[in-house]
Amino acid sequence: MIEMFQYAFMQRALIVGLCVAICAALVGVSLVLRKNSMIGDGLSHTAFSAFALATVLGLAPLYVALPVVIIASFFVLRLSQSKKVHGDAAIAVLSASSLAIGTFAISVSKGVNIDLNSYLFGSILSASWADVVMSIVLAVIVVSLYLFAYHRIFAITFDEEFAKSVGVKTSIYDAIFAAICSCTVVLGMRLLGSLLISSLIIFPTLTAMRLAKNFKGVVFASVLISIVAFLIGLALSYMLATPTGATVVLVNLAAFILSLLLEKTRKS
Amino acid sequence: MSLLSVKKLRLKYGEQIIIKDASFTLEPGDFACVVGANGSGKSTLIKGILGLIKPASGAIEFGEGLDQTKIGYLPQDTRPDANFPATVEEIVLSGCLGHMKMRPFYCHHEKKHAMESLALLGIENLAKHSFANLSGGQRQKVLLARSLSATKKLLILDEPSNNLDYKSRKDFYKTLAKLNKDQHLAIIMITHDLDADDLIGNKVIAIENGAATIAKTEEYLEKYK
Repeated sequence: MIEMFQYAFMQRALIVGLCVAICAALVGVSLVLRKNSMIGDGLSHTAFSAFALATVLGLAPLYVALPVVIIASFFVLRLSQSKKVHGDAAIAVLSASSLAIGTFAISVSKGVNIDLNSYLFGSILSASWADVVMSIVLAVIVVSLYLFAYHRIFAITFDEEFAKSVGVKTSIYDAIFAAICSCTVVLGMRLLGSLLISSLIIFPTLTAMRLAKNFKGVVFASVLISIVAFLIGLALSYMLATPTGATVVLVNLAAFILSLLLEKTRKS
Repeated sequence: MSLLSVKKLRLKYGEQIIIKDASFTLEPGDFACVVGANGSGKSTLIKGILGLIKPASGAIEFGEGLDQTKIGYLPQDTRPDANFPATVEEIVLSGCLGHMKMRPFYCHHEKKHAMESLALLGIENLAKHSFANLSGGQRQKVLLARSLSATKKLLILDEPSNNLDYKSRKDFYKTLAKLNKDQHLAIIMITHDLDADDLIGNKVIAIENGAATIAKTEEYLEKYK
């Protein structure tokens, strides 16, 4: 088991994966409970098209994708809160269009050798040292935000109108959330795949909600579940030589089903 | 000094003017019901008072010891998802956020205050319960306790009895009347219909054609009987 970490790429994947797992779980609690689960999905597809376009144009993907996705996230968050448009429909349109733009760009550009598969489903080899540094910085920011703004995050997640009325600056928190959600998606997608990263945001919270009935409990449980699921998924994918992203998602699915059964037996 | 004076307040929703002129004052201990037809701007008016909608013109002035973040607000319907994982304690504590300025954590004082809010409504036994497992009437009381944590002077309630059955509604109104009398809390409450049973306060804020004015409840009933 331990010998798999003698490879530098596995060490990098471990660190990036753990940081992304922690961030995804924390961001996920807010997104899922505010019924904005699809935002992660929309953003990961946007990230895919940004990555594809950057590669085709010969630019550094990370530095193109990050700003593009952050801008998209502000836009999407605004849409999802607007009462005039159908936010969910807008996100579905964004997802599909982004995927189409990315795929189209890759197929027309000749002479560029891109592994479409690794963008869509992730590759364990993709984490660079720059990714490692960025993911650690992101994790520190997200965790300290949760530590110091925990009660305000709870208030906004539970009832935004009320939070506003007692003077919580909800629009600032929304902007911060959009930014960290984007960073999590961009950092995680190359490792776990743009089609799969959003499930990492949603699954831990769903599982945690079956196990804990208070907010604090759900936050802690979802981080713990996310970390454990990632570690098990990484180890399994190494031993079975399966794609890491898909394996981690399957472990999360198994945990979710287990939590459902647990809840059922506890009730009866 | 008045608790709240609203002077020539004009409120827009997008480009549309909803409230043309709201002018009234509220004294400490007043209990005012806001009435008006559907879409007349009842919710817009209270959101203006709460600062959730920026006024297009006019002024809102608060009396001694009150400001916009120290109003206890109870938003319309039980917006929070019924399955939301939260304990009653977590929810009622969040009412204290307006008193915390930049401080990140609750201190002893806020925890005590939250428990007192629960005790005022006689539901301190629910503190550790999950919000998801409560009845509609209990949930509304928990949200009222949260508003109580936010204020010592003024409660603003948006159709609080909307989803309550007859018995819970009577019970809820009784609680409000008691708070108004014993705690000397001023209350502004939007009521769903013009049923005289719902006009439980001493005053009525009536909205008609974008103008909001205040009158004593007897006078209002006299005029519209």
